[in-house]
Amino acid sequence: MFLSRTTRHHPEFRQGALDSLTAAPGIAAWGLMMGVAMVKSGMSTVESLLMGVFVFAGSSQLAAIPLLVAGAPMWVILATGFCVNLRFVVFSAHLRPYVMHLPLRQRLLTGYLTTDLTYVLFTRRFPRHGGDAAERQAQQAYLAGNSGVNWIAWVGCSIIGVVLANFIPTHWGLGFAGILALVGILCSLASSHLRRVSAGVAGAAAVAAFALPFKLNILVAIAAAVALSLLIEAVSLRRGEQA
Amino acid sequence: MNGDTDLWTVVVIIGLTAVTVLTRGLFFISSKPWTLPHWAQRGLQYAPIAALAAVIVPEIVMTQGSVISTWQDARLFAAAAGAAWFFWRKGAGQAVLGTIVVGMAVYLPLHVGLGW
Repeated sequence: MFLSRTTRHHPEFRQGALDSLTAAPGIAAWGLMMGVAMVKSGMSTVESLLMGVFVFAGSSQLAAIPLLVAGAPMWVILATGFCVNLRFVVFSAHLRPYVMHLPLRQRLLTGYLTTDLTYVLFTRRFPRHGGDAAERQAQQAYLAGNSGVNWIAWVGCSIIGVVLANFIPTHWGLGFAGILALVGILCSLASSHLRRVSAGVAGAAAVAAFALPFKLNILVAIAAAVALSLLIEAVSLRRGEQA
Repeated sequence: MNGDTDLWTVVVIIGLTAVTVLTRGLFFISSKPWTLPHWAQRGLQYAPIAALAAVIVPEIVMTQGSVISTWQDARLFAAAAGAAWFFWRKGAGQAVLGTIVVGMAVYLPLHVGLGW
């Protein structure tokens, strides 16, 4: 997807890169602090670099690091990573129609590179999957530019964080810039009443269900928000018919 | 360079990479013709904002598993200032970048300076 010239020269490639770039300082700060956290937890430089470059999933890294350092059994660590990542399974269900025209290897590469940020930006830009070849080409180009910049910001700064771990102060809380980037994207999505309801319900549910293991509170929150939004939508549609 | 590299840890890292691919591409694997039911497709349009809120809100209002009991927390002011900036600029241009910059400009002095 990145190697093809037609993708890189498509105007949507630039648009995708630009959209990612506005959030990149937050992602970069987050990646940086992830690099620092891996080293400070006692992982070796090589282990931290390998994890920073390949695993590419902040929340599952955060969950795995203490287990790894404590020497937990491998299946426990992998199962934990799987559960913490369950929200991405929901994203893949959503994105399926956008990618099924691609060969399997490219589909899996697309999935691998899909983070919270790129999923949200992509579905904001393209609420519907492409109907014809030109639309699909545009979507692929946007996704390549978008996830390319996001990957460079996250992985590049993870590496810097690993290398400079002993010089970067952790008590400053620089990683909060990552949350602020997501706050900005959240604001850009809050364009309809029902979407604001969805955000409010999900936020409250994620706090209320926080005690669940494996970050399952996030999955519960998404399910609750989607279900309630559908319900409100159905009720207001029926009211509209009666009026 | 820091510490010894352990083969077991490297294998776990490879496993975690596979888990990333598996979870993010789970519904991409089978190429059998199959689509989500209509209600689920409609419902998924509310999933992106819900996922963001579910990730963000606990990071702003909770500390070590419980809701904070003080308003003297730098994260509250930073998130409010960042969001205020975004809506003041009506989301135009580089508003997300502004949210990060304004938010951190509020966060750092409160957090590092006052210890909030």
